[in-house]
Formats: sequence, structure tokens, C-alpha cells
Amino acid sequence: MVTEASRQPLAGGTGYRPSVTSIVGLSLVALLLAWLGVNFYKTPADFIQIFLIGFTLGALYALIALGYTLVYGILELINFAHGDVFMLGSMMAVTVVGTTLFNLHQGEAWYVLWPLVIVALLICMAFCGGLNVTVELIAYRRLRHAPRLAPLITAIGASFILQNIGLAWKGPNYVQTASVLPTGTVFSTHGVEYTWEKLIVLIVTTPVLLILVWLVQRTRQGKAMRAVAQDTDAAAMMGINVNRTISFTFLIAGALAGVAGLLYALYAGSVRFDQGFQLGLIAFTAAVFGGIGNLPGAVLGAVLIGLIQAFNEGLNWHAPGSDWTQSIVFTLLILILVFRPEGLLGERTPEGG
Amino acid sequence: MVSVARRDVDTAGLQSRGLRMGIGAALLLLAVAAEHGFKSLDVSTFYFLAVIAIIYVPPWETVPGVGRYARATIAMIIAFTYPFVWDKLFTVPIFGAFPSVPTGVVMLVFIMMAVGLNIVVGYAGLLDLGYVAFYAIGAYVAAWFASVQFAHVNVHFGAVGVGQNVPGFHISVWLLLIAAGFLTAMVGVVIGLPTLRLRGDYLAIVTLGFGEILPQIARNSDNFFGTGFNLTNGPNGITPIDAPGFFGVNYLTGSGTFWTSERLFYWTGLLLLLFTIFCSVRLRDSRLGRAWIAIREDETAAAAMGVPLMRTKTWAYASGAFFGGIAGAYYASFKSATFPGDFFFNISVFILCMVILGGMGNIWGVIFGAAFLSYLDQEGLADSGSWISTHLHLNFNVPEYESGIFGVILLVVMLFRPEGLIPSTRRAAEFHEGVSDEPLYDVRHGGA
Repeated sequence: MVTEASRQPLAGGTGYRPSVTSIVGLSLVALLLAWLGVNFYKTPADFIQIFLIGFTLGALYALIALGYTLVYGILELINFAHGDVFMLGSMMAVTVVGTTLFNLHQGEAWYVLWPLVIVALLICMAFCGGLNVTVELIAYRRLRHAPRLAPLITAIGASFILQNIGLAWKGPNYVQTASVLPTGTVFSTHGVEYTWEKLIVLIVTTPVLLILVWLVQRTRQGKAMRAVAQDTDAAAMMGINVNRTISFTFLIAGALAGVAGLLYALYAGSVRFDQGFQLGLIAFTAAVFGGIGNLPGAVLGAVLIGLIQAFNEGLNWHAPGSDWTQSIVFTLLILILVFRPEGLLGERTPEGG
Repeated sequence: MVSVARRDVDTAGLQSRGLRMGIGAALLLLAVAAEHGFKSLDVSTFYFLAVIAIIYVPPWETVPGVGRYARATIAMIIAFTYPFVWDKLFTVPIFGAFPSVPTGVVMLVFIMMAVGLNIVVGYAGLLDLGYVAFYAIGAYVAAWFASVQFAHVNVHFGAVGVGQNVPGFHISVWLLLIAAGFLTAMVGVVIGLPTLRLRGDYLAIVTLGFGEILPQIARNSDNFFGTGFNLTNGPNGITPIDAPGFFGVNYLTGSGTFWTSERLFYWTGLLLLLFTIFCSVRLRDSRLGRAWIAIREDETAAAAMGVPLMRTKTWAYASGAFFGGIAGAYYASFKSATFPGDFFFNISVFILCMVILGGMGNIWGVIFGAAFLSYLDQEGLADSGSWISTHLHLNFNVPEYESGIFGVILLVVMLFRPEGLIPSTRRAAEFHEGVSDEPLYDVRHGGA
């Protein structure tokens, strides 16, 4: 067969010999590290600053990437509409944060502001979760036994529809978010400044991820999700309500997109109707990078992609710059899909391990 | 397993009774509701009868000798005489007048692309979300070799109506069309070779990636990878591009009142389209085409029967890309410009939408879908939008929501009639009876 030769496993197995692919891949990684090293040597403070930006971006991407990976794990479907659900979530966030309630308490003490932020977060989560469940109900459920390409095409259709809903809602221009989060720096040493907005992204993201892990691994519903992901028919025979489990998965994925939407709106400061497509594809790349269907993999891949993007756009010495970010991310996506489609962390389903 | 007699494959859609009744009712409604009645009764009536003759006279095939060509002949007469009569036809309610000739040219180009994409998506069953990349390559080939972009050289070969001292490459557009086709096909092979062993949805993503990368390279290459070389003129695009011409007649100016510019472009586009359709039909019925359909239905069984998977898929990719490249080059020459902004993901989905709406795998369905949607894109949405705002007093900018409308079309067609409006029986059966969808090389489970 034509493809046999190039399908050597990259690691493990008996009689491991480095293939051409892995040698080229490893030398590329070595080059990348060398480039990062030179940059660090030249401007250490900038480097760390950019690293922090990248890490924050990565945390945001992780929330979106998890949505892709959850849905893929259970339905083997690339949910194209997910990026646009996230976009509508950020628009919801702009709307909620722009309400009078928030305006009244802007610059207020933390014990007033934080409950408000949490309420906004819950609203966004519920909104996006409901939206995602609706998309599944309308666009995917009927096609569960259709040829694999059919739901992919409806996913693209749903993505375009949601994008136009965003366009109708907030118009074609950037919408500014009211700034409610505390500004200023958390600490500042040797020219490195860590700002509050970055910390807040992590403060929100970390517990959300922990709750997700708990939900998938410790609860009854999570067990049902893992069962459906493994074998839908067998799960149905064991008395699991498959439809409800899939809806639940979409609900969680949407809620994560809602969290990401709020954080993005607050962190980036402005949203637009077409951001979902771009960021969605970047997050999808992250999910594939880590190994699609694999929850820790999605987070790892997202952080790496965030770092790659930040380094590419921020570093001074021989960085391609933001004009090329998209091309770099997509090149990475293509290389992974062609040479290591199981991703960094290998083949594992959302049951984790 | 799907088994349908082969001769049914392409006309099956038109033989469906319900569909014919539907089209008939629609035409009747159109005629009755035409806002100002038939403007010029003779021409309109003639066209009307001709369309009905194509659809409603089933025993054409039984006429010995010429019978089997009758439908095609009538359709061609309609298409070729269209530039003379388009402004004399009746007005359609809501949508207004029939498409003008320049719109017709754009429609022809998009039909060509849709027929090309149909080879990949419809025949071989490979979802290609980056078809716009081939269109872009074709357009840039025309732009590089028929404009003043590379002003430091002065190469003229067969260009009509371009002064000898104009700098830059000026190769005859006819040659460029062929060159664009072959170059694009080669790029298709290069993209296809590493990626085609991926399974369906991964392949879709990879093609999407290529479709996003190429326009970005085009946008950033006014300073080609930092070398200072201006390859594509960046976001400003390359303009003007030479028009084709022959016997000293340049398409841009035309000749006299009969051979006007738009008519020349229209008829040439029609000839290119006929060539595309001819190739597509012949390919479908060839050994290669049957191999494509076999792969589409069951990859494992096809491989077991000795169909070389990679080679067959690569051929599908290359043939689809070939026509995309020609269409792109012709469109660039017609518009006399090419911009990186023309090659968004939207266009890929737009063309995919044409294929799906018309009926994947059935060339006549695809032609219908492409003609209708590209008409909507060029004139229909704007016209119906202005009708809505004047008659319903709604402040609703219809063209702004174009992609959403196409999204709705994709969704509705896939949910309720996945085989498209005018399907091939075989494809319809696949959607309703199911196919063996498990790919032979599933990357998730490892090939080796």
C-alpha cells in the first residue's frame, strides 16, 4: 500500500527506528527552541512579558478548545459553529457588562464587583450552553446516522447563521466593552509587569477547568458521557439516555464557550461578529494539537498555541509578525493532521485516564 | 449496496414526477404573476416554450437519430441567444429583471467552478473546503503574466491590444487559461498527495487550512518573505489585467455594435463552460469516474476490487483544481483585477453551497444550483432587498446577510433533502440507504 511506509509510529513499539518525519520534526523543534533562546538572551524582560501574554491567551483558547474536543469525543463531529457560539457569548458579555447595574458599580469595591462579574459569567454560560444545545438539536441530531460529511456541512451552515445573528445584533463594527476589571499591575520586577487582567483570566479559568474534570470523571452524568463516547449503542443498551447525554455535552461545551466569551470581551476590550471563525479555528488547531478527544491535551495544545501566537507577534528578533499568525497556526494544523493526527498526547477519549 | 442502472444516473432528477410538477407550477406562477405581464410577447413566449420543451417533452429520446441531442440543442440555443434578449424578457416578481450579460459572465464562471468542485465533492466524495485556493492560483497566474506587475521585464507573446512598449509580462490570455489550469492541477496534486490519505473530516480541515494560507500569502507578498520582491502587490491587488482577444479584436473594447465586450466575454465563458461540462461528463463515465464513485460509496470495497485509492483520489483533486484554475484566470481577466480579499473562506462555502443545493454528483443539478446562487449573489439579493424595503417598508439590508442566507440553504438542504434539488438517483440512494462510511485509513486507529 502506498501509505504503509509513511505510517510508522513515531514513538514506542518494537524495533523503533527514527523515521525521516520524526528527524525533520525534531530538528524543527530544535530550531524553534534555538530561536526562542536567542530571543530570551537578547531581551529577557520582553521575553517573559510575552510569555505571560501567551499563557493568558492559551488559557482563553483552552476554554474554547475544550468545547471542540468534548463534542468531538462524543460525536466525532467537528463542531464548526462552536467558534460562533463563543462569539455570541462575548456579545452577550458586552451587553450584560454594559447594563446600568454594572455602570452603577463601576470602580466599586471588590465585594460588590465580583458578585456582579460572577452573575454575568453565569448568564453568559447559560446563554451559550442553551445556544449550543439548540444548534445540536436543530442541525446535528437528525443527521446522526447520515454520512459523516452531512453534519459537517450543516455545522458550516450553522456557523454562518450564528455569525449573521451576531452581525444583526451588534452591527459590522467592533463593539467596545465597558472596562470593569481592576487595572494596574499585580507585581512588577526587573521590567516585567504582571497585570490584573491577566491574573483574572487565570483566576476564572482554573476553577472552571477543575470543575470540568470533576464533572467528567466523578459524577454519574460524566460517566454516562464517557460511556456514550466509547460506544453509543452499548451505552444505550445499558439504559443511558444517549440523546440527553449528548445534549448535556453540548451544554457543557457551550458553557465553557460562554466563560471564554466573557473573559475575551473583558480582556481584549472589543468584540466583532467575525471573531468567532478565526479564534474558533485557532482553538480547533489547539484541540488537534493536543490530541482531539483528549481533555488535558486540549489544554496543553491551547497553551502551546497561545505561546506560539504571542511569541510570533511579540518577539523582536526574526519573528514573522502578526501578518503571518494565521498561516503559522494553519501550517501547524496541517502538519499535525498529516504527520501525527493523534496529537501530542496520543489517542485517548474524553474519559481521560 | 446501491444498484441503479447506469443510464438513469444523470436524468433521474428530471424524471421525478414531483419535481417536474414543482418546476411547472413555479413557471406558471411566474408567468401569471409577472409584474407587468410579458413585455414583449414573442421573445418571452418563445423562451418559455423552449424551457418547457426541455423539461416536459419526455419522449425526446425516442426520436431516432437526432432525438438524443434535442434537449441539449434547445438549451444551447437559449444560452447563446441570451445576450440579445435578456432585457426584453418579462419581469419576475420580487426579483425584477433577468440577469444582465456581465452578471451572466460571472454566473458562467461560478458554474464552471461548481462543476469543477462537483468532481471532488460529488463524484469522489471528498469534502474540499479550500476550493477558493485553486481559484486564487488561477487568478494570480493571469495577473502575473498579463499585466504590468513585473515591470522590470518586457515580454510580449500573443497579447492582443497591448502596446509593444508596455512593460511586464503580456502573454496571450488563451495560453494563460491553459497554463493556469495545469499549474492549479499540479498544486492540487502537491496538496493532495500528503493529505488525501486522511479521512473525510480531517481532509476537509486541511483543505480549509490551505484555503486560508494561500490568500494570506497573497496578502503579505508585496514584500515576498522579507526579500523586498513584490510578488502580489499585497492588499492592493494586481490591476489592470489584459483582456483576451483574437484577430486583432480586444475583448475590452469589442468591435462594433454586435461584438460588444460583454457579449464576447459571455460567449467565450459559455464555450469554456461547455468544455468543462463535456470533460466532466466524459470523466464521470470513464473508468476513472466509476472508480471515484466506487471510492465514494465504499472505500474498503473499492480498494479490495483493485482501485488504487491514492492515485484515484489525486486525479479527482487534480481534475477539480484544473477547472477551478481556468475559471479563476478567466474571471480575473474579465474583472481586470485580482485582490487577496476575493479569496475568503466564504467563497469556498459559496461554491460548496451551489454543489449541495443543486445535487451532489449530478452535473445538471450543480449547474442549476450554481446559476441560481451566483445570480442571487450578483443581482438577486440586492433586487429582492430593494423590493422588500419599498413594499414591506422593512429596513433590512438583504445582501449584508448573504452568508447567513447561504448558511440557511446549507442547513435546510442537508436536513431535508440531502441529495439536493436535482439529485442523481445513485447519490440519493446513498443518502437514504447509507453507505459504508468507514474509511480504510483511519488515522485515529493507525494504518500500520
